[in-house]
Amino acid sequence: MIIGSIRDGIVIDHIPAGRGMELYSYLKLGRLDCEVALIKNAESGKRGKKDIIKIGAPIDINLDILGYIDTGITVNIIRDGQRAEKIHPALPETIVHLIKCKNPRCITSCEQELPHVFRLTDREHGVYRCMYCDTKAEK
Amino acid sequence: MKTRGLIDIAEMTTEELDAMMDVALDIVENPAKYAESCKGKKLATLFYEPSTRTRMSFESAMLDLGGSVIGFSDAQSSSVSKGESVADTARTVECFVDVIAMRHPKEGAPLVAQMNVGIPVINAGDGGHNHPTQTLTDLFTIKRELGHLDNLVIGCCGDLKFGRTVHSLVTAMSRYPGVRFVFISPEELRIPEHVRSEVLDAHNIPYVETTSLEDVMPELDILYMTRVQRERFFNEADYLRLRDSYILTPDKLVTAKKEMRILHPLPRVNEISVAVDEDPRAAYFRQVRNGKFIRMALFLKLLGIEVK
Repeated sequence: MIIGSIRDGIVIDHIPAGRGMELYSYLKLGRLDCEVALIKNAESGKRGKKDIIKIGAPIDINLDILGYIDTGITVNIIRDGQRAEKIHPALPETIVHLIKCKNPRCITSCEQELPHVFRLTDREHGVYRCMYCDTKAEK
Repeated sequence: MKTRGLIDIAEMTTEELDAMMDVALDIVENPAKYAESCKGKKLATLFYEPSTRTRMSFESAMLDLGGSVIGFSDAQSSSVSKGESVADTARTVECFVDVIAMRHPKEGAPLVAQMNVGIPVINAGDGGHNHPTQTLTDLFTIKRELGHLDNLVIGCCGDLKFGRTVHSLVTAMSRYPGVRFVFISPEELRIPEHVRSEVLDAHNIPYVETTSLEDVMPELDILYMTRVQRERFFNEADYLRLRDSYILTPDKLVTAKKEMRILHPLPRVNEISVAVDEDPRAAYFRQVRNGKFIRMALFLKLLGIEVK
């Protein structure tokens, strides 16, 4: 399979295999007018398989989402056909509106306008808990 | 500066807890000194689910400090029944009072209230989540009964899964040196994984889990009994099956230490036989009384009132 290189844009690499579509959805890439390629199960030296997303325009990427999905993901910023920057997203301290609390006893289950906020409570294991009820986020 | 209430006991430092218990002790010994200390202050008790003990404890605490109380004890009699949000109710009530005590069946509701007002909000119990003033009551009772909070073996018995008072007690007691826990429960109501990993294991607090109360009774300094709460179950059959798992009777106390104390957040259903009430080790009604004194100390702290 041949997918052409991009001149100005972003390559999100080392996405855990099978999670590329989830990331595509989180980043709302379906709304973009530019070229976007999602490559599933590409060969990876480190992981065996990986997903890759190529975006043919320089857009703002929410690094918090990438860090939450997997800190092994890399973001390559491409300018004039060259890699201008390589970013390793870190675990964000807080995640807002990305995941929803599934605890039926949580106040967010009945007050729809409240923001869904999760806080990093265990950096070593990447554990996030709902700010309101302390329920653990399920990845 | 961010307004400070009490949503989770973990927000309080050990020094703050100790200082508050000192004030509560002084209130016990010199009640007249504090009788006018909250004159002109008003408490709102916003109770969205039933409670006898906690609401009356908050109200009598404020009244004994010379303050006054307004509020509701049934969400159906307030604007909540018209669909008002917690935030809007809190903002409205803030216009009338100096401090709010809120009980709500949904977890996190008091936090939402605190985020929307500039007066202290006290969490008086949010679902199966937190109940910090019960924990203050428990700590103050242990301190009064045994004289210290360190080097204790604390047995928690009954519903350790949904029992919010147990989770808060474990979190609060873990900060005192030499404390060890014994968790006695049926398999289905074990202490949750997050309490084990993020509180006990994270701070290297020793603990054991068992299904037999009799086996561990001789080693306990505190036996903290809990009720299996119907309102925490979605399934009535599960509730009925687990309700009678542990019932404390005088014969089970034969092997207990003479200085051991029995605590219970109350109300009890049948998990402590009434025959145990006469045992001097039964501290649960003294515990209720202590709840008022420590809530008085909490009001003084949150309202920034110092009594000389």
